[in-house]
Amino acid sequence: MNTIHIFLLILAGIYFALRWGLPRGEQKATVYLRYLLLSMAAALILSPFVWLVCAVFKDKDVLMQYTFLPPLSQWSLDTINLDNFVALFSGEDTVEGKVYFWEYVINSLFLASASTTISLFFASMGGYALAKYQFNGRKAIMAFMVGSMMFPGMLFLAPVYKMIFSFGWMDTYLALLVPGACSVFGMFLFRQALMGVPDSLIEAARIDGANELYIYLRIVMPLVRPMTGAFCLITFLGNWNSFIGPQVFIQTQSKLPLPVVLNQYIGVYTQQYGVFLAGTLIAIIPPAVLFFSLQKEFVAGLTSGAVKG
Amino acid sequence: MKAGKKGPLAPWLFLGPYLVLTGIFFIYPFLNSIWLSFHQTNGPRSSVYVGLSNFAFVLGDPAFFTAVKNTTIYTIVSVTVQLPLSLGLAMLLNSGKGRVRNVFRLILFSPHLVGQIFVGILFAVIFTPRYGLFNIGLQELIAWGLEERWLANPSLVMPALIVVSMWMYVGFNMIYFLAALQNVDQGLLDAARVDGASSWQTFWHVTLPQIKPVAIFVVVMSTIGSYQLFELPYALLGGNGPNNSGLTIVGYLYSTAFETGDLGTGAAIGWLLALIIFVISTIQIKIARVE
Repeated sequence: MNTIHIFLLILAGIYFALRWGLPRGEQKATVYLRYLLLSMAAALILSPFVWLVCAVFKDKDVLMQYTFLPPLSQWSLDTINLDNFVALFSGEDTVEGKVYFWEYVINSLFLASASTTISLFFASMGGYALAKYQFNGRKAIMAFMVGSMMFPGMLFLAPVYKMIFSFGWMDTYLALLVPGACSVFGMFLFRQALMGVPDSLIEAARIDGANELYIYLRIVMPLVRPMTGAFCLITFLGNWNSFIGPQVFIQTQSKLPLPVVLNQYIGVYTQQYGVFLAGTLIAIIPPAVLFFSLQKEFVAGLTSGAVKG
Repeated sequence: MKAGKKGPLAPWLFLGPYLVLTGIFFIYPFLNSIWLSFHQTNGPRSSVYVGLSNFAFVLGDPAFFTAVKNTTIYTIVSVTVQLPLSLGLAMLLNSGKGRVRNVFRLILFSPHLVGQIFVGILFAVIFTPRYGLFNIGLQELIAWGLEERWLANPSLVMPALIVVSMWMYVGFNMIYFLAALQNVDQGLLDAARVDGASSWQTFWHVTLPQIKPVAIFVVVMSTIGSYQLFELPYALLGGNGPNNSGLTIVGYLYSTAFETGDLGTGAAIGWLLALIIFVISTIQIKIARVE
């Protein structure tokens, strides 16, 4: 990289901003300044990603020689190739025999999807009860929920570790899926969204003879699709990136998810940064794809509690 | 008006999973962690009552004070440098047009999608002396820093950690400020302008009071989150850093409970952490109420 690249990026940012973003009735100089600052911030934020994408395709001999990609005249299979991915996917020898990288990807996908599905049901059921039923103890439960969010999660790790041990859940996915299966944050999120569903709709369904489970599943939940999307994305992200749980509870190498494995790889591939960087790039892709498809819902879900409450 | 009059049983059934899970995995461990903090354990099976000596040990351990100091520095910088920066970016974005705003928002937010462990791994290479992106970029911008060993020099570890956290969270907190700014009453802003208020006066007297609830929320959440920092330094430094220079409170808890196997002392550290967080966020909320 050199300063010229940054400069070009910033120019591109300004062009783009002025092309589509010029608001009426503002001084041009202010607008220029604003987009200059924003483009600089965007360039700083994006550069590690650009660097990562370049790094994984470079041969290990030139990885550090060029900051981003080598100049076009230097391109050949000795400088730009897929060696890092080949090394990553060729499997590693462990005490349990050969373990392949795609196994970790599958583990991560399974863990993140399973926990998202489970907590989607549990959190929305809880949120529905709190939003649409009047019953004794409702206020007390909500106060308890708020109180429980004040305690740092790490406080519970030592005692939960003891419990998992005595349940015989060590080295099983039950240890990762069950304790966090109902998120308090998610219940509040769904309560907030479900309060907007008109009571008359629920009453009408009751008069038609629908049972409570049918009303929740078929009538109420389809009305809060955007919030459901946001919740799934937030939960998926959290579980995809979670580290301490699997690090503490899972011992078998072939059962580990990506964060734990890639953290090990720093120590394993000390001379081949490209290999664990390729793994990191692969680990970033699924959340990025999900995020780009659910962007609007995500932001709405994230800020709904903060702005209204 | 609530719709639910139908049967007192239905809401309890819907809340069933939460109540069961919270009983087993919140209330029981909560009580157990109190019990545990007064016991010495050797692995998960054996334990002996030791009174307050776990707390005495932690409070007498210089590593604990290093951890508290590091975590506190990190939190203070997060709140006093990073949050104003987030607010500044949000204000820059707020007056832009819809499409441009969305693209910039997406870009600035994107690091938050990447988990702390992955960010740590990425930046462990980006901070490589002489060849790393950060070192080269710094050299080109301010002609210093090319050879600095950010992750091996104890006095540079915290600055490095703060830089990474800035990269990761500045856009995340911006989202909250942006949402708040979009709810600011446009009529009041116009009125202030017509009355001849400078843009600084407008910001201080019109905008800030209206985004105050969200700002308090972000400050408190950011403090609570910062005090629980662990995965980022753990991956970035491959542990606690040279001379514990990157040790955080949760890092100290983790090493004690799961690397040394002393769950009792781990629980004691957990309670000290809970106490620190409780005291600081209470003070923040009190101050915010008074003003």
